[in-house]
Amino acid sequence: MGVMQDIEKDYIRTDMPEFNPGDTLLVKVRIKEGDKERVQPFEGIVIKKRGSGVRATFTLRKISYGVGVERIFPVNSPALESVKVLSRGVVRRAKLYYLRELRGKAARIKTRR
Amino acid sequence: MIEGIVGKKIGMTHVYSEGGAMVPVTVIKTGNTVVQRKTREKDGYDAVQVGFLEKTEKRTNKPLQGHFKKAGTPCFYRLTELKGTDLDAYQPGTVVNAADVLKPGDWVDVSGKSKGKGFMGSMRRHNFRGGSESHGSMHNRAPGSIGSSSDPSRVFKGMKMAGHMGAANVTVQNLQVVAIRPEENVILVKGAVPGAINGFVVIKKALKKGDK
Repeated sequence: MGVMQDIEKDYIRTDMPEFNPGDTLLVKVRIKEGDKERVQPFEGIVIKKRGSGVRATFTLRKISYGVGVERIFPVNSPALESVKVLSRGVVRRAKLYYLRELRGKAARIKTRR
Repeated sequence: MIEGIVGKKIGMTHVYSEGGAMVPVTVIKTGNTVVQRKTREKDGYDAVQVGFLEKTEKRTNKPLQGHFKKAGTPCFYRLTELKGTDLDAYQPGTVVNAADVLKPGDWVDVSGKSKGKGFMGSMRRHNFRGGSESHGSMHNRAPGSIGSSSDPSRVFKGMKMAGHMGAANVTVQNLQVVAIRPEENVILVKGAVPGAINGFVVIKKALKKGDK
């Protein structure tokens, strides 16, 4: 499957920081409204990373005005203007679905360092 | 110009358009060699027979070995006839690549052999509704009535019933060529294409689109 990887290589972004589930990210997304473009920030905890190559995505979760919001971003999307790691979390599993059941203090994640 | 090309489906992935939108694509490997030129005088119609995917002479049977020897080409797994205009340029041995036939933005119809599903019931094969799953119903996935009684005393032809599904030639119309990569001889077509990975597909100019 060498050809497939060659094709995907052209679309993979190399400027992405390393991050793992449990980390808190600040993602700036370019959004097109009509012919105007603006940048929308989204800050949240990585609860899931899936896929490989260009098809990889990650899910951010945050609590917005008391409501849990999850958003899935493709890792290699040109619509992501920047991804910044705000803090590294210490977690013991790859998918942090348990955070969905927790609120407030219980939903905190221990940070590394 | 020859109006099609034969290829092999090698997988699906996605790419990003210039605007940043995600585009799902099927990757099709191509690269044909003309094996025979069918002419109106000799064969009664104009066409070009192309070969795709080389194989060794040892794997080729004797009659086909003779056919390829006459053309002076290697042996191929797949032979397909394609139509077109001004076909005299396509003499045996001519190599036809993806970029010779298509360019990004072209609309194409893609045919292939769909994945075999085996013997399927009427719900799966013809999207019948089936019966109730509960309340004592014993008519769960059954097709129901297939016709009247003594008149006509037979089941009409073409009645939708259970049977073998898939492994049939299927064409998907109006797919767009997203990119062509000449160095790998690969076409990227937006959307899904019939058949399994490594299945043969025939890509033709779209019948119902464009200026043809």
